Amino acid sequence: MLRDFKYHYKIPLSLTLVIAVTALVVSATLTLLAYQNAKRELISNALGLGKVLSRTLLPAMLHDEPWQAYEIVATPLEIRTERGAAERVIVVLDAKNQVYVSSSPMRFPMLERLGAVDPEFGVIEKRVAGQSNDEAFTAEESDWQYIHVVVPILAEDGARLGTLIVASSHSLFLPQFYAALGGVALSTLAVLVVLLPIGWYWGRRMAEPLEYLAESMAKVGREPIEELRRGLPRSGDEVGMLGKGFDRMLQELEEKKAMEKQMLASERLAAIGRLTAGISHEINNPLGGMLNAISTYKKHGSGDALTMKTLSLLERGLLQIRETVGALLVEARLESHALTAQDIEDARTLVTPEAQKKGAQLVWRNEIAEPLPLPSTQVRQILLNLLLNAVAATEHRGRLECSVSRVNGSLRMSIANDGRQISRERLDHLYEPFAAQGEAAVGGSGIGLWVTYQLVQQLNGRIDTDSRPGGTTFTVELPIDT
Amino acid sequence: MRPLLRALLFCVAFSFASNVLASDPIRIGTTPVFLDDQASFLGAWQRYMEQRLGRPVRFVQRGSYREITELVREDQLDFAWVCSPPYLRNRDRMVLAAVPLHRGKPLYQSYLIVPAGDRTTKSFADLRGKVYAFSDPDSNSGWLAPQTEMRHQHIDSSTFFKRSFFTWAHKKVVEAVAVGLAQGGSVDGYVWETLQLLHPELTAKTRVAWKSPWYGFPPIIARRSIAPTVLAQMQDLLVGMKDDEDGRRLLRQLDLDGFERGNDALFEGVEKNLKYVLGL
Repeated sequence: MLRDFKYHYKIPLSLTLVIAVTALVVSATLTLLAYQNAKRELISNALGLGKVLSRTLLPAMLHDEPWQAYEIVATPLEIRTERGAAERVIVVLDAKNQVYVSSSPMRFPMLERLGAVDPEFGVIEKRVAGQSNDEAFTAEESDWQYIHVVVPILAEDGARLGTLIVASSHSLFLPQFYAALGGVALSTLAVLVVLLPIGWYWGRRMAEPLEYLAESMAKVGREPIEELRRGLPRSGDEVGMLGKGFDRMLQELEEKKAMEKQMLASERLAAIGRLTAGISHEINNPLGGMLNAISTYKKHGSGDALTMKTLSLLERGLLQIRETVGALLVEARLESHALTAQDIEDARTLVTPEAQKKGAQLVWRNEIAEPLPLPSTQVRQILLNLLLNAVAATEHRGRLECSVSRVNGSLRMSIANDGRQISRERLDHLYEPFAAQGEAAVGGSGIGLWVTYQLVQQLNGRIDTDSRPGGTTFTVELPIDT
Repeated sequence: MRPLLRALLFCVAFSFASNVLASDPIRIGTTPVFLDDQASFLGAWQRYMEQRLGRPVRFVQRGSYREITELVREDQLDFAWVCSPPYLRNRDRMVLAAVPLHRGKPLYQSYLIVPAGDRTTKSFADLRGKVYAFSDPDSNSGWLAPQTEMRHQHIDSSTFFKRSFFTWAHKKVVEAVAVGLAQGGSVDGYVWETLQLLHPELTAKTRVAWKSPWYGFPPIIARRSIAPTVLAQMQDLLVGMKDDEDGRRLLRQLDLDGFERGNDALFEGVEKNLKYVLGL
């Protein structure tokens, strides 16, 4: 039950609980102290009163003047009579422990035995009777109405004339206790009012990163990883460590996914390559035979005009098939010379008119200084293909960028246009032949990028596409054998 | 500095007084036969007397009738307001100066009072085994009169009551009965009636269970050795109080109608009680 309770509530509640319990314990302690203080004060008060009275009573007891004795014990209580309840009772016992006088003569009549009036006072009477010394003492029990302070009345020579009992009701110190209690309650309340919101806020702040982490983890697979990685806790504590760990996991996951996707794409492209190569060979062999047959017939045959026309038609169709198949089957062609800066400039020359037709600006950066050991024909074709694609993709009066440079051990060609972003679906099948069909194809026969890809593959290079709103950049890196 | 200053002032005031008033103060002893614990009243009465006598007047208060009686016997007091027994027993040293008039007569009664909650007690006989309060052994209403009544009923107060005690003042008898310290008490009827006017909440806690026959009102006496002119002056002053406004105001506070010169015949009843109870 408690384990299923969310940290969102658990931490603030725990803090709140700790604050509340602390405040309660402190106020309970203070209350107890206030109670004990009030009681102690009451007892010392009663003791002081008893000692004064016992001395004042001495002449009245000696001369046997009950009225005088009554006036002495009644006077200190007169101030309080308005309160009504018998909060304090003073009883004077004679030497025989009978009531000599009391402040409440109706309740404790003269010459009465205390035990006959009130069992509580009966206990006091017994203790007085059993007392071996002449010391003052205090008596109280939890279920008693009064706290009793008992003071002996001694003559000058030490003879015991009687005993004075000052019985103080618990209600006497209650007002003082309640006042203290009120103070304690008020300050506890103030402390709680200040600390509870702080505790709650603090708890929420502690729980927040954990919550965010939990929520983010729950979203893995449903929301883009980029999104999830944003806002993860990165503090130095355990939660921050969790956040960093989770971030690393997400990053690895992202890389793995990208790699998988890339592998899938290149595997697919390789399969297509194998397929087209196979089909091309299978087509080329009979095609060669058929073309030879037509050529032979045209040379030696005696065909009429219709036959010649038909054969010519067949020949043109077969030649187109061969051309198409040849284009699909990108073969390492004839040996070509090493790549020079001029080869790159040639591409520029070729593409400039196309760019001008569209009113596009071409930014050119050619940093090749010396010939590179790369087959110039293939590189030129790659560059040209990509440049023509870029011109086609760019907006009217757009901007094209081409930069060719040597980076470490590679030739890097980067061709950028400011055309529309390529859609995700299209991007997944970008290099496949005829993939653009059914969609607004960007010119060409639909095999330009396929050919480019095949050429790059043959040169052990790699080609990357980065398409975002505002433009697309193709980057080709070709390793240079040294 | 301050005690010195005070002593100096006292000397100046004393010499001034003796020069201007040209005589010693008249000393008057009071007892609780009336409510002598009202200091402001005594002050007013003192000024009233000083104006008319042309002499300083000092009121002297003591804890019991006996102490006042002793002071008169030693000529240390010129006048005293005492109860009739001390006067009757000390006529060798005292002369009658005046007798107050209450409800028009120089007479009063002794009351037996019980707590208001006691609805059954009608006489002393009903108070066997109870605690009883007397005011003063030298008082008629607070001791002699009830003793006489008890003796008539063959009651010995020393064994009949569980306990009896003196409060040394009539007002305190009322208080003792009111708070329940005593279940019965004997009080000057005049004092009880006056208290009912001044402190009705106190007398309301008591009930008058029995009233004695009428007796001569506690008199104002003078020491026998007093100068006849002073005695006459004082007698004129007291008797004349009812004839002027200031005097009547003071009398109203005392709940008295005035003073008359009176005579010993008024106290025959008390005298009989003294013989009956004490064999005098």
